[in-house]
Amino acid sequence: MSTSSSESKYLLQFVELHSQIGVELAFVGPGSDVGLLPINSLLMDFEDANESDIPAVLVSGIAIARVWLDHIFDQTGQFSEELILSFNEWHGWMAEALAAWERAEALPAIPSTWTNQVATASAPAELLESESSEVASVVSEEIPEFEEKAIVLNLKDDAELLYEFHGESVELLQEIEQGVLILEENPRDSATINSIFRAFHTFKGGAGFLHLHALQDLAHDLESLLDAARQSKLQITSHVIDLILAGSDVLKNYTNEIGAQLKGVHAGEPITVPTSQLILRVKAVLNGETPILAPSPAKPAPVVAMAKVEVAPQLVIEMVVPNVIAAPALEPMPTVIAVDKAPAAEVAAKPVPSKRAAAVESSSGFIKLETWKLDALVDLVGELFIAQSMVVQDPDVQNLDSRTLARSLRQLSRTTTELQRNAMSLRMVPIRGVFQKMTRLVRDIGAVQHKEVQLILDGEETELDRNIVDKLGDPLVHMIRNAVDHGLESPSDRTAMGKPSLGTVRLSASHQRGGILIRIQDDGKGLDAAKILAKAIERGLVAQNAELTEAEIFDLIFMPGFSTAAAVTDLSGRGVGMDVVRRNIEGLRGKIEIQSALGAGSTFNILLPLTLAIIDGLMVGVGGERYIIPTISVRESFRPAPGMVSTVQERGELVMVRGKLTPVLRLGQFLGTIPKANTPEEGIIVVVESGDAMRAILVDELIGKQEVVIKSLGDTFQHQNLLAGAAVLGDGAVGLILDVDTIVKL
Amino acid sequence: MSTTPPSTAETKSKTGRYLTFRLGQETYGLPVLNVREIIRICPITPVPKMPTHIKGVINLRGTVIAVLDLRAKFDLSKADFGDRACIIVVQLTAPDGRKNLIGAMVDAVEEVIQLNEESIEPAPDFGGSQETQYILGVTTGQDGVKTLLDINKIFTDDFSATRPLAEGAANHQSEALS
Repeated sequence: MSTSSSESKYLLQFVELHSQIGVELAFVGPGSDVGLLPINSLLMDFEDANESDIPAVLVSGIAIARVWLDHIFDQTGQFSEELILSFNEWHGWMAEALAAWERAEALPAIPSTWTNQVATASAPAELLESESSEVASVVSEEIPEFEEKAIVLNLKDDAELLYEFHGESVELLQEIEQGVLILEENPRDSATINSIFRAFHTFKGGAGFLHLHALQDLAHDLESLLDAARQSKLQITSHVIDLILAGSDVLKNYTNEIGAQLKGVHAGEPITVPTSQLILRVKAVLNGETPILAPSPAKPAPVVAMAKVEVAPQLVIEMVVPNVIAAPALEPMPTVIAVDKAPAAEVAAKPVPSKRAAAVESSSGFIKLETWKLDALVDLVGELFIAQSMVVQDPDVQNLDSRTLARSLRQLSRTTTELQRNAMSLRMVPIRGVFQKMTRLVRDIGAVQHKEVQLILDGEETELDRNIVDKLGDPLVHMIRNAVDHGLESPSDRTAMGKPSLGTVRLSASHQRGGILIRIQDDGKGLDAAKILAKAIERGLVAQNAELTEAEIFDLIFMPGFSTAAAVTDLSGRGVGMDVVRRNIEGLRGKIEIQSALGAGSTFNILLPLTLAIIDGLMVGVGGERYIIPTISVRESFRPAPGMVSTVQERGELVMVRGKLTPVLRLGQFLGTIPKANTPEEGIIVVVESGDAMRAILVDELIGKQEVVIKSLGDTFQHQNLLAGAAVLGDGAVGLILDVDTIVKL
Repeated sequence: MSTTPPSTAETKSKTGRYLTFRLGQETYGLPVLNVREIIRICPITPVPKMPTHIKGVINLRGTVIAVLDLRAKFDLSKADFGDRACIIVVQLTAPDGRKNLIGAMVDAVEEVIQLNEESIEPAPDFGGSQETQYILGVTTGQDGVKTLLDINKIFTDDFSATRPLAEGAANHQSEALS
């Protein structure tokens, strides 16, 4: 392989993105917007790649998908039958292209039908119509009195999401305004253009998710504006900046109104903020129209033409497919009207002062700060805690016969303990946000698949480390989708089986075994062990004559390669990206287990640590050294009775653990310290597991259980894969944390 | 001094203050600008499967840093560290610009001296039998020869060379044997 590192990096990333798009494609349907936003964001990830590092054919392929997708955004916002077909074709082509790239072979060419498709797809009836002589009348009918789209909030069902959206939007709008200030100074600052683009994009995504279409449309158009600037197809002029600001003002009005409604002011009333004027202006700029700033109703046409000539060279727009953006406003006449109306829109967009004040007030409840500052605080508090216990336990201090000192020390201990608990809790957030998103998902998938589903949430208030909550979303989406899509039967099948036609998916979180247990339970058809085994054999994942227990068979669905692109598109069987799910969970130092009964449903148990910064550790002693084993990997520990450990070829040692012969690792000998226990009977065996692999580690003694703050060992030990990190122990010394994943593979 | 053209740039940057310390019977020096602090010997947690000159890790007010035994690194004769022994904490800038702290165990810290380029002689040539790659130069004072060390070379080496289970292990074995 002669691929450079950047290539292979993109290759891996692309393969992953490609498979994710495949998953999303499985859920799209004609006349629906399900999957649109996820696919858009995945495609954006594709587009983020540095074009010079990837084959040109791929760049064009991605560009084609972008045209299709933008077409959907610009038109109905819903997939059409033929575009779904095209996307599936594209997905297949991409699979071939990526495979060829990996093998360093010639990439397949782009099917010629696609380019035609682009043309037809992007020239739908209404656009063709608009080119006819009707234009003027259509526009003049619309312009005087716009049907402004109103949005109505679903306060009952979406309250949590709306809160989140509101908070996020306030931040995004601030980001946009700050960006604009920079752009005024330096219109070519690509980093700022990108960040504003991203902000509008995120805004659009959030609005789309909540079905706030008016917001989504406006954000989309503003995003296109920035996108054109990003691709150097549009120059940022003061007019463009005005537009961005006017746009963000309108969005801000909406956001403020949403915030007010969340507080109960005019709750449930439709919100109308005029956007169509602005959208027209944005479209005009995108089409290379001249911005006319002086408002004068009777502006003579020649001036328009002249101005256009003057400014035109600056606004060079090369659209890949001009038809896509070809809106009525392309004609000079409507533009004049639209621009003349602009001041009115601006007046309307001026926020009412009291609302602005409300927004400031509502956002003052939170402080956004960089994670490292929080981490540094938590670290320092940890140090303080240790220093405190060193003082309290100091023999000299303990020998002092002073009641006031003793009382002060107790006070100090209490305060530091409280302080530490508080510091830790700063990172903790309730899992509610992630859970609530699933409600939406279940509703949408159920509707698409004509299944009756209820999602029951439990334990939403359970708190987890913010980093974990953030990363939990994707795996949960996968699993909930699987549960509804593959787990639950159709209502008719359910009634035939004597089950209630309403299927139930239960998502719960609870504290368990010192961590958090997240359980996804459905009362669907359950996993079919025989089918899974047959499929695994077919895919060559297990030997023909393998004898596996049921649990081992269920585990097969987590194997990479169990679900492939083919399995995704025909939706056969579970296993849609389950290997990714397991990888994500294990990346969070968690575990996933399956219980399932055929016909009665499946349960997926995810056990996660409370936080990534702290682990529950089992401290073991070997020789003079202490090591920490993460408790989550420890299965059991026991003192072996004579005869329990048997040798193979006088060297390899095995011990029977719950009916399974497990290799013994003498930790002391392995790590090069002299152990106190010379025979297994003198020591303690700690059974650790990672994935399916188990190891019996022989140590001298168990010292105790301790919560420790994980620290990095630093660059000097970056290749030391036996250790997962280090921790400062109660006496101030450093304890090393063993990396069980490596040890079980020794 | 400037007889060897390539080294002129280096000699120029050698002027400055140096912290001198003892390893066995010899005196060495490090540029003061790299020294963050000097701490007393504290309990060091050994890290398994590492070359012998990596003594282990210590807790420097909440940060875990690696500690090197410079005597072992330079393959000097073995001896116990006495009560004047201490750890010099050095700040290094990795090739990618990140700052790293690393500790160096020495027998005793002596003083800070000001040296200009005239008083620093280039590293002596021992005919290839001795490793001079870490030596910035040597200087002579009334109390004997002081060897000035190129701090980045010594420690940067340890960012890449300490692969415990990979090809690095072989290097260290041969290093230890030589």
